[in-house]
Order: sequence, then C-alpha cells, then structure tokens
Amino acid sequence: MAIFLTKDSKVIVQGMTGSEGMKHTRRMLASGTQIVGGVNPRKAGTTVDVDGTEVPVFGTVVEAIEKTGADVTVIFVPPAFTKSAVVEAIDAEIPLAVVITEGVPVHDTASFWAHAGAKGNKTRIIGPNCPGLISPGQSNAGIIPADITGPGKIGLVSKSGTLTYQLMYELRDIGFSSAVGIGGDPVIGTTHIDALKAFQEDPETELIVMIGEIGGDAEERAAAYIAEHVTKPVVGYVAGFTAPEGKTMGHAGAIVSGSSGTAQAKKEALEAAGVKVGKTPSETARLARELIAAAQ
Amino acid sequence: MDLFEYQARDLFAKHGVPVLDGDVIETAADAAAIAERFGGRAVVKAQVKVGGRGKAGGVKLASDPQDAVAKAEAILGMDIKGHTVHKVMLAQTADIKEEYYVSFLLDRTNRTFLAMASVEGGVEIEVVAEQNPDALAKIPVDANEGVTAEKAAEIVAAAKFPAEVADQVADVLQKLWVVFVKEDALLVEVNPLIKSGEGKIIALDGKVSLDENAEFRQPEHEALEDKAAANPLEAAAKAKGLNYVKLDGQVGIIGNGAGLVMSTLDVVAYAGENHGGVKPANFLDIGGGASAEVMANGLEIILGDTDVKSVFVNVFGGITACDAVANGIVQALALLESKGEAVTKPLVVRLDGNNAELGRKILTDANHPLVQQVDTMDGAADRAAELANK
Repeated sequence: MAIFLTKDSKVIVQGMTGSEGMKHTRRMLASGTQIVGGVNPRKAGTTVDVDGTEVPVFGTVVEAIEKTGADVTVIFVPPAFTKSAVVEAIDAEIPLAVVITEGVPVHDTASFWAHAGAKGNKTRIIGPNCPGLISPGQSNAGIIPADITGPGKIGLVSKSGTLTYQLMYELRDIGFSSAVGIGGDPVIGTTHIDALKAFQEDPETELIVMIGEIGGDAEERAAAYIAEHVTKPVVGYVAGFTAPEGKTMGHAGAIVSGSSGTAQAKKEALEAAGVKVGKTPSETARLARELIAAAQ
Repeated sequence: MDLFEYQARDLFAKHGVPVLDGDVIETAADAAAIAERFGGRAVVKAQVKVGGRGKAGGVKLASDPQDAVAKAEAILGMDIKGHTVHKVMLAQTADIKEEYYVSFLLDRTNRTFLAMASVEGGVEIEVVAEQNPDALAKIPVDANEGVTAEKAAEIVAAAKFPAEVADQVADVLQKLWVVFVKEDALLVEVNPLIKSGEGKIIALDGKVSLDENAEFRQPEHEALEDKAAANPLEAAAKAKGLNYVKLDGQVGIIGNGAGLVMSTLDVVAYAGENHGGVKPANFLDIGGGASAEVMANGLEIILGDTDVKSVFVNVFGGITACDAVANGIVQALALLESKGEAVTKPLVVRLDGNNAELGRKILTDANHPLVQQVDTMDGAADRAAELANK
C-alpha cells in the first residue's frame, strides 16, 4: 500500500523544463516514478528527452490530465509563480499537488489554501517548502533521494527534509512504507495529522516516525490526535531545543514566539500522548528499533 | 522582519490610515524644530523593537521645544530590555478619550488570517486576552475575500465598538487590511487606536511585521531593515547569501538543511553538558548544494567569530554527494589559506549518506592537520564540544 503515492500514481511536473525541475524529473524517472508529462504553456506540444524517455509537455494541467490520466503534480516553479501554479492544479482537480518551492510568501500560500477550501478540497496539497514524498520501490514525487532505503513497515512524516533523510538512513535496514515531507513553512497543506491518519489506516505501516520542529502548534495538535485516534506505535523527534526566541531558524515557520512554539512544549505534549520522543535523531532511531523488536 | 513604530506609522500613512504627524530623529538637538512645528508640545518615544518601553521610561511628554530636546537627550542611548535606543520619534500630542485595539495577523493553526479587536486597548493585548477574553473579538478573514465593508462591520459589531465610532473604525479596518495585503505583512497591529476629543479615530501606535519571503515583489522593504542593529557576522553572512544566525556558544556549526542544523545545535548543547557547558556558536544552513565556494564562505564567517573554539561540519548527503562536500571542505580550507586567513580552529567533520565512504576517504587522504572525522552525529558533536572546552 503506502500513503498518498503508489506505483500506479501518474505524475506530471509543473516547471519541468526549468533547471531544478529537469534535474529532479530525471531523478524521479530513474527511481521508477511514472512521469507522464510536464506543463509549460510556452513549450506545449513539444517533448523533452529525459535520459532516453520522451516526456510530453502540455500547455495546461487540465490538458495533461485529459491526455495522460495524471493524478499527481509536482511543482517546481519559482516563488513568484507558485500561487498561480497551485491554483491551476486545484482548478484542474488533480488529486495530489506536491509543492517543492521554497520562499513562497505566506499571503500566497494562505490564498491558494483558501482557494482549495472554496473548491471543496478536491486536491491534497503537500508543502510548500518541502522535499515531497516517497513510497520506496513504488514512486517518488519530489526530491527525496530514492536510494537511501527500500520498502518496509515504517511510515514517516516530517517538517524537515534532511532529518527525513537522516532517519530513513538510520532505519534503512527496516525500510519505509512512505515518507512524507510536509515542509517547514508557517502555512502548509498536508499536516502531521493528515499523514498520521493515513498511516494509521495503511495496513503496511506498523510504526510511525513523526519529526517536528519549533514554531506553531502542529506537534501539540498531532499529539492530541495521536492520543485519540492512533493505535500504532509512534516515535517522535523535535528539533530546536536550543533555538533562541524570536529568531527564524532557516525554515520560515521555525520560530519561537514568546512561550509558544518551543521544542520542550512539543516534546511534553507528544510524551503525554504516549509517544516515545528521542533526544537526538540516533536515539529516535533506536527507540523505533526497540518498538519494532518488541512488537515481534 | 519587525518594523519600528515610525516605520509602521509611515506604512499606515501611505495607505490612508489616520495617524498623527510625527518625525524620527537620531540627534536630540533636532527635536526643537519638530516640536516647534507641532506648536511646542510633543510626545517623545523611544524606537525599540520590544514591548514595555513606556514602563521603562522610554515615552515622555515634552511641554516645549527646549523640553523636547532634553527629553530626547534623556531617551536616546537608553537601554530598554537589552535594546539600545538609537532613534526617537516625536509625535503630536493627542487628546485621548478612548483607547481601542485592532490587528490583523496570520492564524497558523487554522491556516487563515485573523482580525482581532477590542474596545479595551492601550494595555498589552495578551493581558486582555487572559483576564477578560470576552473583550477580545477574534474574527477569521478569508485570504481571498479579504476585509469587505461587511466583514469590517462584523468585526466592529463583534468587538462592540460604540455606535458613534463604528463607521470610522470600519473604514480604518479596511485600510489596515490594505496595509496587511499590499505590504505582505504577517502582523499589523494598532494599539492604541484612539478616539480623540473631537471624536476622530486615529492610529496612535502600531506594530508591523513583514514577510521576508515577499522581498522579490517588495523592493522598498529592503530600506526598512535595521542594518545598524544587525550583528556584524549576521550582516556579512547575509551579504554572502548564507542562512546564518549568531548564537552565544563556542562550537561553530555548519550543516545542510534547516531541520538537521537545528538538530545539530541541540546535539552539541547536550554534548556540551559533559564538556564545561560549551554551546553552539551559530546556526548555519548551507543548503542542498554545498559547493566549495559556499563551504568556504560559511567557514570564513564561522572562523571569523572570535567566540568559536571548534567547528562541527555536519552533512547528510541526500541529493548532494558527500565526496563533493569533502572536496568542498578541502578546497575551502585551501582557499582561505591562500587568502592569508589564519585557519587555526579544529574542524570535526561528520559525513553520512550519499557517497559517504568516498567523502571520508577524500578527507583522510587530504590529511589536513586541523580536520578530524567522526562517523556518527552524536560522536562528532561530543568531539567538537570536547575540543571547544580545551
């Protein structure tokens, strides 16, 4: 199974012909993803040779869906054009839009999120400012390296890209059903809770790793959700214990304001919900390993 | 980016929000002419990006131009909660009959915008929210629908503004929404919004925070940066396009990815508990690329920090291959040495992930006397902390 993305997913790339888009289209194809097209109004009707695979370019997302049956779009367009790209994906009612772009203004994200709601939330949005998601051995929508690990029974949801890679690497012998990078911006589409719900329902996933960081209250709300709805074991990690108040730590959303958004509060909320929280990424991996061993 | 009060006032004025005449100065002597312009009396207000300046003595009423100079002199150079006052704003005095509160902000939890309003302004709104939550109206604002006349009326009604000011407040709310949207603000707050003796609604003090991600379409915002207050290392890093935050410890940190670097700071702080309490000296995310040039720029900033005693380079090769990172480190050190910079601080390097073995071999073969490798993140943090404590 896996969540949100499977071997049957048909993926298009908005911004495929740009340098980042092309680089990652190549990587996604190499890892077995069904890339069925790109979208660029100025290059509509052409094809792009990606390491021997002819990928057609369509003028619009609607056309790409009509011609290919695409159900996932990965968006690599620059920040100034991200809002219109996501709005186009929403209007085309594509089931999943993965927004990789970093540096999207919050007003733009709030706007496309409100638009998605007004259109009945037919499109699941992941990101922005995220590495995308991977279901190892099946499909890869975004920039997560496909060669870290293979398929297995851990589901992972994370605000951070490199911490996702680190945990996948530490647990590479066990493998992952899906790993979802939800992004570090103040406003994001898919949340920890959305991924937790999907992993709880996914028969292949036996343990969930949840990675959070300072800022906002998403981890606290996820903790409340876990206490109420998640019966599978959950291991957590929170980054940013030493981050000073009022300073943005790389991710636009990673900021402690006053007493809110601290790593300590998030850790305590998760532990109160029965989540084992590691002090370091390595300890988190060890806790996951112990829980898996205990379940067998 | 948080703005000073006078900058917020300027943005309000630009979009038609009613404000009082005011001017900002850095030299006390300049206060006289401004007070003269106001007819003699003026309020002298410290410009600091921290709350509670009134209680700290940073706001004073001047009775005449000479007094304005004296008050400006007293406030300039003051320390308010660790912030030195470099500028004061002189504002016209106001005949305050009532004090209200209004703001627009991002509601992260609900992924929408929020209007907050209260007829109990003039005090810290957190206090109102805690002691009398019913007095603070919170109304969600849809990002695409915005603050229409209907929405403004809804906010005014929810906060129970008196009938005689309802239309004026609604008008101010719509103009503040324009400030919020057109300026790509994360927060626009007016506290107090006052009713004057003549029954006019005026924004007396304001707070604005701007979204730095919107700089590409807000070319005027760069001029609002408080470059004088920036830490010189942070300013130098920003000029090189590096994502750097200066902290107060001794272990310099370079890593890739915001989450991994935040995690590295934590792991170093834990390790420091066993090594004389040393702490991370900075946050520095060199991003996915990690080319030799970026590595050299990062190392140059960190080695230029006199607080730094050791450096921890923590890289997980995802898209970036570790051999490229290792070559980057070797080339960066050579580059710095060729520029005549003294590279004298030990570097602890941890490489994992894509091509890690090749990367480690490159560093081993280079055999730089200051570079040592530890294979795990926790082990490397411990070693870097130990070296910083020597």
